[in-house]
Amino acid sequence: MSNWITVCRQEDLSPSTGLCALHQGEQVAIFFCGQTSDLYAVSNYDPIGEANVLSRGLMGSLGDAVVVASPLYKQHFNLKTGECLEDPEHKLKTYPIRLESGEVQLQAA
Amino acid sequence: MSKQRVVVVGNGMVGHKFIDNLVNDTDADQYEIVTFSEEPRLAYDRVQLSSYFSGATAEDLAMTDEGYYNDKGVNFVLNDKVSELNTTENYVVTESGRKESYDKLVLATGSFPFVPPIPGNDQEHCLVYRTIEDLEAISASAKQSKVGVVVGGGLLGLEAANALKAAGLETHVVEFAPRLMAVQLDEGGGTLLRRKIEDLGVNVHTEKATSEIVAGETCRYRMNFADGSHLETDMILFSAGIRPQDELARQFDLEIGERGGIVVNDNCQTNVDNVYAIGECALWEGRIYGLVAPGYTMAKVAVSHITGGADQFKGADMSTKLKLLGVDVASIGDAHGNTPGAQSYTYNDEIEQVYKRLIVSEDGKKVLGAVLVGDVEAYGNLLQLMLNDMDLPENPAGLILPAGDGEAAAGLGVDALPDSAVICSCYDVTKGDLQKAVAEGATDMGGIKAATEASTGCGGCAALAKQVLDSELANLGYEVKNDICEHFAYSRQELADIVRIKKIKTFDELLESHGQGLGCEVCKPAVGSILASFWNDYVLEDAHIGLQDTNDIFLGNMQKDGTYSIVPRVAGGEITPDKLIVLGEVAKEFDLYTKVTGGQRIDLFGAQLHELPIIWKKLVDAGFETGHAYGKSLRTVKSCVGSTWCRYGVNDSVGFAINLEDRYKGLRSPHKIKFAVSGCTRECAEAQCKDIGVIATENGWNLYVCGNGGMRPRHGDLFATDLDDETLIKYVDRVLMFYIRTADRLQRTSVWLENLEGGLDYLKEVVIDDKLGLGEELEAEMEASLGNYQCEWKTTIENPEKLKRFQHFINTKEGDDSLAYVVERGQRRPATKEERIQSVELVD
Ligand code: SRM
Ligand SMILES: Cc1cc2nc3c(=O)[nH]c(=O)nc-3n(C[C@H](O)[C@H](O)[C@H](O)COP(=O)(O)OP(=O)(O)OC[C@H]3O[C@@H](n4cnc5c(N)ncnc54)[C@H](O)[C@@H]3O)c2cc1C
Ligand code: SF4
Ligand code: FES
Repeated sequence: MSNWITVCRQEDLSPSTGLCALHQGEQVAIFFCGQTSDLYAVSNYDPIGEANVLSRGLMGSLGDAVVVASPLYKQHFNLKTGECLEDPEHKLKTYPIRLESGEVQLQAA
Repeated sequence: MSKQRVVVVGNGMVGHKFIDNLVNDTDADQYEIVTFSEEPRLAYDRVQLSSYFSGATAEDLAMTDEGYYNDKGVNFVLNDKVSELNTTENYVVTESGRKESYDKLVLATGSFPFVPPIPGNDQEHCLVYRTIEDLEAISASAKQSKVGVVVGGGLLGLEAANALKAAGLETHVVEFAPRLMAVQLDEGGGTLLRRKIEDLGVNVHTEKATSEIVAGETCRYRMNFADGSHLETDMILFSAGIRPQDELARQFDLEIGERGGIVVNDNCQTNVDNVYAIGECALWEGRIYGLVAPGYTMAKVAVSHITGGADQFKGADMSTKLKLLGVDVASIGDAHGNTPGAQSYTYNDEIEQVYKRLIVSEDGKKVLGAVLVGDVEAYGNLLQLMLNDMDLPENPAGLILPAGDGEAAAGLGVDALPDSAVICSCYDVTKGDLQKAVAEGATDMGGIKAATEASTGCGGCAALAKQVLDSELANLGYEVKNDICEHFAYSRQELADIVRIKKIKTFDELLESHGQGLGCEVCKPAVGSILASFWNDYVLEDAHIGLQDTNDIFLGNMQKDGTYSIVPRVAGGEITPDKLIVLGEVAKEFDLYTKVTGGQRIDLFGAQLHELPIIWKKLVDAGFETGHAYGKSLRTVKSCVGSTWCRYGVNDSVGFAINLEDRYKGLRSPHKIKFAVSGCTRECAEAQCKDIGVIATENGWNLYVCGNGGMRPRHGDLFATDLDDETLIKYVDRVLMFYIRTADRLQRTSVWLENLEGGLDYLKEVVIDDKLGLGEELEAEMEASLGNYQCEWKTTIENPEKLKRFQHFINTKEGDDSLAYVVERGQRRPATKEERIQSVELVD
């Protein structure tokens, strides 16, 4: 049976911006889409800019993909798959995430 | 049928072009190609050779590689010179003894630098400028030298001088003729070029014939000149012209011109039918072409002749446009006006240092040639008029007069060009070729380059090619799209109008009514900026927060390691000792790297997210405000000390700068805006390179607009003179609001003005004459926006809800544990990757 860990509350989310949670020793960037209310979770580490910053990037869409643009050098990462659109060699780790009675939860490894 | 053997002697730019054309020909499989190069590498871009000094590597310059030749079945032998030629038995022999027979022989041996026969010219630090190996030798010599001389003030000589100067040497150019670039420029042009180059610190000596090179007293060598004078130097670069490399042809009985060069006909054949010569070694109708474009044409002609085609070489245009030591220079056609009956127009501006001469035919109808120094914008137009033998416009002088003042420069619409007009001479691309590329789907310059190679050589044709592209797109009924991104089918200007007129207050409202998708990092900040320009709400409101780049969300600029910088406003650059002490104390407490910025204020680097509010609380308590260093907004108003202290100052530049900074602070705009105020014409505040520049006069203020430093510097234009404070502010309100309404996303005022139809005159009409009747409306909009000013940091630290965001993790108070620093010159800075790896090893 899978185990879910609460990292923050729904009120902590602001529409279409990210935040970062420390989850089992890993930095996870969490995004909440204001228009669709979808939640996304990917690694906070920008493999191209080499810093823990992705939660502070701008969220948006490119075609059908929901993406975050790195705040350092603006590459786009697909929030669903973690893939970098400009450079598919770079792929972020993604994390299962859910909203459960007002709590934002990440799945335990 | 067995394959024909084609031997190509020389693998330079033209030899390679020949091979590349042949292997891509439809009949390519009928030929077997062997090429020999005396150099240790395959063809590289000699035209860009000088970029080797600014960091380009041999790989960057390479025009092909072994893999490509292998794929195409081209045999190549490097480092082996062809030393023997037998045109009766059809074979060549190399220095290493290799013998190769041929059906067709192509000589593409180029040329070699001419070294004048001066006694002492063969010493260790006497060098030439032709190959990568030459450049390596020059670099090595420059490291052991303080002074360098280039012998030869032609095109290549000046390029070489640039390299010596960049290497930090005291640089001299010694020229035998009375002026620089005597081949391409007339006296007026040569004189101005000399002045400009001397202003850059290169010493020019004309009419000097070197008689000998002997040991020096203060430097390594002394050059003695025929007139009895001398010059001491540590190294000498000979760039006194090129000579065709015709050694082989000469020794083995091919026809050679009187002054050298292998004689060829219109098919590029020598006097022996199956031997061709192309490129700089070939002499056609008594001429050697020392440029790459004619060589490429010859390569094409030779391939055509060998494969049974009908192309012929019919001469080539030698017009050139280049930047020498940063000075723009161009020469077209008959630059010296040697054609009988030639007449000319001359424009000579000694203040701005621009010289232009237009040479026209006896009947005044056609362009024969031109010389342009300091401003070469007219090059494309003039060249096309000449090449296509087009009639001059009614007032030909307009072609070389500066635009803007009085009537606009007489332009030449690309539509007027015939389809056969060659737009890119490097790759022989015509207007028709470009049209075809557009018809086949190219819609931007990237597409044009990929399809035609236009603009991928010297780059001189880029502006013209873009004009053809735009006009073609328009002709084909494409709207030349300036949609901001895939989410809005509007330009920034249109979005600004929509927001202003429909009074839209949030991004979501705009997206729902006029857009699609979720938005992106292009449209979100742009719309955020428009909303802020007109309504100036607090940028961290819930409705706006998702629009901001991280810099605006956290009210600081993100640094490479994810930390932020802190730049408090220091209006006009004036700061009290007490406030300076506060900055010092805060920096010390939080161990922030401290630096004085180029904008006359102080930047504190390396603050982590959770530290930002604590630090800003201390600063706000001490009376500081945010400096908006992160925003597309007013940055700084630089000032000079002005009349309060300076003995020359005629007005209080500091006081006025502070007033202006206080007035416009917080104004959001399409891009950042910078001002400066100088106290007199000595201009110590460098106001003329700012978006808004103000210079005190005896009678008030002179206002300059739309200057820019940065990537593409532009001096501001004088907009109005002797203004009082109120009028100046009125004009600035109007100029800036008009800019905010009409500029593109991330377009500085300089580029905006350059793209504004009607230019400076039009802007003056709108602002000073109020031609559109918008003046008061623009001022009112500015008042409204400025009236909503708040220090975003003050608002933020007073709002506990907003402060929650200033935390690296939402679920713990810890900071980012991956940050690492080293101390340098007494302060910390981010550790480099190597330093991080080392420290991990040390710990383990
Ligand atoms: C700190 C400073 C350099 C310094 O140590 O002196 C600086 C630092 C940056 N500059 Fe600058 N510029 C600084 C003065 C200048 C100046 C000089 C001036 O203002 O007199 C110029 C040329 C003048 C001009 O803008 O016309 C300048 C031309 C640029 C440009 C090129 C703009 C252009 O139009 O070409 C950029 C890039 C951009 O804005 O797109 C840039 C961008 C940047 C950024 C924002 C790059 C970035 O995104 O990280 C740097 C962020 C600094 C930070 O983290 O706080 N910076 N920058 C200077 C801050 C001045 C201040 O007090 O606000
Ligand atoms: C610094 C510099 C800047 C320049 N800038 C421009 C510019 O802006 N615009 C422009 O149009 N042109 C410019 N040129 C000129 C341009 O580089 C030449 O026109 C072009 O390289 C000529 O090509 P080519 O193939 O005829 O000769 P090269 O490129 O010289 O090639 C000839 C090759 O043949 C080899 N070779 C010679 N003899 C033998 C032999 N017997 N056996 C084997 N190999 C042999 C040589 O070693 C050389 O590698 C510049 C040149 C220099 C040096
Ligand atoms: S610009 Fe004039 S007033 Fe200002 S410091 Fe220079 S000389 Fe003095
Ligand atoms: S003319 Fe040189 S690249 Fe086009």
